Amino acid sequence: MTAQTSNSHFSGGFRDPAIQSSHVFRAAMTAMARPGEIKPITGATPPEGLSIAAGCLLLTLCDPETSLYLAPDVDHPAVRDWITFHTGAPFVPAQDADFAVGGWAALTPFDRFRIGTSEYPDRSATLIVELPSFDAPNAELSGPGIKTRAEITLPDIEVLQANAALFPLGFDTYFTAASDICALPRSSRIEPLLMKEG
Amino acid sequence: MYVAVKGGERAIDNAHAWLAEERRGDTSIAELSLAQIREQLGLAVNRVMAEGSLYDPDLAALAIKQARGDLIEAIFLIRAYRTTLPRFGASDPVDTGRMSCDRRISATFKDAPGGQVLGPTFDYTHRLLDFKLAAESDREDLPETQTAEPRSEDTPHILSFLDGENIIEQEPRTDAEPGDLTREPMSFPAGRAVRLQSLTRGDEGFILGMAYSTQRGYARNHAFVGELRIGSVPVEMEIPELGFAIEIGEIELTECETVNQFKGSKTVPPQFTRGYGLVFGQSERKSIAMALVDRALRWEELGEDNLGAPAQDEEFVLSHADNIQATGFLEHIKLPHYVDFQSELELVRKLRREAAELAEQMAAREAAQ
Amino acid sequence: MSDYNFAYLDEQTKRMIRRAILKGLAVPGYQVPFASREMPMPYGWGTGGVQVSAATLTPEDTLKVIDQGADDTTNAVSIRKFFENTAGVATTEETEKASVIQTRHRIPEAELSEDQILVYQVPIPEPLRFLEPRETETRKMHALQEYGLMHVKLYEDISQHGAIATSYAYPVKVAGRYVTDPSPIPKFDNPKMNMAAIQLFGAGREQRIYAVPPYTEVVSLDFEDFPFEASKADHPCDLCAAEDSYLDEVILDDAGNRMFVCSDTDYCRSRRDAGHMGRLSEEAA
Repeated sequence: MTAQTSNSHFSGGFRDPAIQSSHVFRAAMTAMARPGEIKPITGATPPEGLSIAAGCLLLTLCDPETSLYLAPDVDHPAVRDWITFHTGAPFVPAQDADFAVGGWAALTPFDRFRIGTSEYPDRSATLIVELPSFDAPNAELSGPGIKTRAEITLPDIEVLQANAALFPLGFDTYFTAASDICALPRSSRIEPLLMKEG
Repeated sequence: MYVAVKGGERAIDNAHAWLAEERRGDTSIAELSLAQIREQLGLAVNRVMAEGSLYDPDLAALAIKQARGDLIEAIFLIRAYRTTLPRFGASDPVDTGRMSCDRRISATFKDAPGGQVLGPTFDYTHRLLDFKLAAESDREDLPETQTAEPRSEDTPHILSFLDGENIIEQEPRTDAEPGDLTREPMSFPAGRAVRLQSLTRGDEGFILGMAYSTQRGYARNHAFVGELRIGSVPVEMEIPELGFAIEIGEIELTECETVNQFKGSKTVPPQFTRGYGLVFGQSERKSIAMALVDRALRWEELGEDNLGAPAQDEEFVLSHADNIQATGFLEHIKLPHYVDFQSELELVRKLRREAAELAEQMAAREAAQ
Repeated sequence: MSDYNFAYLDEQTKRMIRRAILKGLAVPGYQVPFASREMPMPYGWGTGGVQVSAATLTPEDTLKVIDQGADDTTNAVSIRKFFENTAGVATTEETEKASVIQTRHRIPEAELSEDQILVYQVPIPEPLRFLEPRETETRKMHALQEYGLMHVKLYEDISQHGAIATSYAYPVKVAGRYVTDPSPIPKFDNPKMNMAAIQLFGAGREQRIYAVPPYTEVVSLDFEDFPFEASKADHPCDLCAAEDSYLDEVILDDAGNRMFVCSDTDYCRSRRDAGHMGRLSEEAA
């Protein structure tokens, strides 16, 4: 881990919000447009318990107009204070959230999250799921944003396949690991990756 | 010989320079000051503030000057400026019951506590051009105004006198946060709060036309002006650090409450209903029109029939009330459309060619027979 | 630079637009409502595209702005200048050098790459609007995938004219789900929408943003017996002799003589630079 010398919740934000958030957004947008592609993002130093990537996404996408759910594993006072100070996003239960952050296990069950309505499929949640790393691809994606096939590391293929089956409804997911992100929009078709005999 | 429309940039710069020259007009004539516009074209300033959704008479005066008196252009300048301003917070709702009224009339009661106050109105002027105004003099011969001392106590709302009798619908009180059409995209049904926001910043001419259509029978709603009041109200804001509200300023408002006939419905006995108009500044035509349109749009919540009248159609009224949206889209058709036109041209040529060929074949076949 | 924030918009507005763009990418072709702001140019003049570009640009970007395919039309000049002043980004007329391209009514002739973003200005984002003026109704039609009305309209054209009488803003189906307006590009451009670049669409006055991710299937609506045809004027360019580019028709004199030239000014210039000559190259030189 990087030395997160967060003296207080006042520190660790963007030094130059307009510019740094433009960089983070561009990476986040490209990631959402190209499911499975890994993009580095930096600029924020969130308190212990939150990855740099998750911190950057929160600073770039959240504000008082977006509601946020913190899964139990990241719901610490230091994290809350930091998010409140830097974004002003109100904390809400999972079923009301525009954004939700946490580890995969801590975010279960997933049928709590908003999936939009048939008239407004955009009224859905975006999950920010903290993973240890992206180095064990276990699934293959196809669909919008993908030329042929893309590999991705998923924490639970079945749950995410079920979400994709709801398209155009469903939640969208950013996976974060250290300072990397990769996205899985609801539009991607997911197949388990067949392990090649080594 | 063929040169594409090059030099767009220079053309734009020159157009701007020419525009500035035209705005100033003959330089041997004294330049308008913002104070002159603010003080002497006050109703134009009020309209720009109301439809620009920004209460600032000096900025409105500047916008009118810059726009060469084109009020829709001035409203546009104010809107574009307004949208860049940071938001520090929301004021408490203003209490028009505490208005210090310059004008306050009722068409429904001959007299009521607070009295009828005619105020500075065009109503009973005879519309004769006053050539004395053409003779510019620094000190005009102003008649002396004689008015009663302003009331020190609050002026009650006329419609509150009907409340007790239970003969007029009760306004449900709510502490719910109203939507904000400048921060959330419009969706339908919009609800009354957003409707009223849209109407108060909507184009005066459009709202007037819509209101007029209800009077002429397109969803007639038999409106009486229960009360029209113009005056200043204090604006207060909660300061979290202080823990209480402080007055941060004063704004002039025009408020119109109409009393409308209502036959009653399956569930509600006959009673009077309300229409409401509230507009920045002295904007009485607009506030009355707003109240009529508000009332017409309330057909559904009052259990009335949809008569198919334009003024009853929330999506139609709200989608077309904004003059900045309307004028932009209307005027954009003067932008280049070479590409689209070319594609139509090719299509029509092709269809004509095919039709001509077909006609020829038919003629040939007929001749052969 | 100016007193305004980077790329003019305040950060909260950019976040709101950015969230809408992400939803648009996640649900390709679906029109995401967003709280469009008043911009310092009129509605209908590219405020949607400008807001999307402003939320997308980084200081390192190189921006190209075209209107009718040309870099030098007045509104393109005006929008390019706006971003030079408020974002301080580099600008270019060369399609390959641009990282973000804002366009009105055309897709550049040169194939776009994975590193590029194409931002469309959209006047009426709802492809069903001319068949049904009510948003409340068209929203339901999209929800239920009830696109019969559109097919009926196209078919009526065929029975009346023997061909589909829509030559621009020709409706497409994106990723097999939403019928979408490609903005008023000529139908000649429709097949190019299957591309490697990210396509973002902004409709300011109508408060909608939508998107087509790279390599997303975009199909122009048609019928088996009347397949879609990407048509253009049946001429080569009179300046660069290109046979494959969309052409503008220019009236040359009082006698009504005409010439046909590439609507994509950069494409035409790069071909002429490479030595291609058209029918009227000599005279134009």
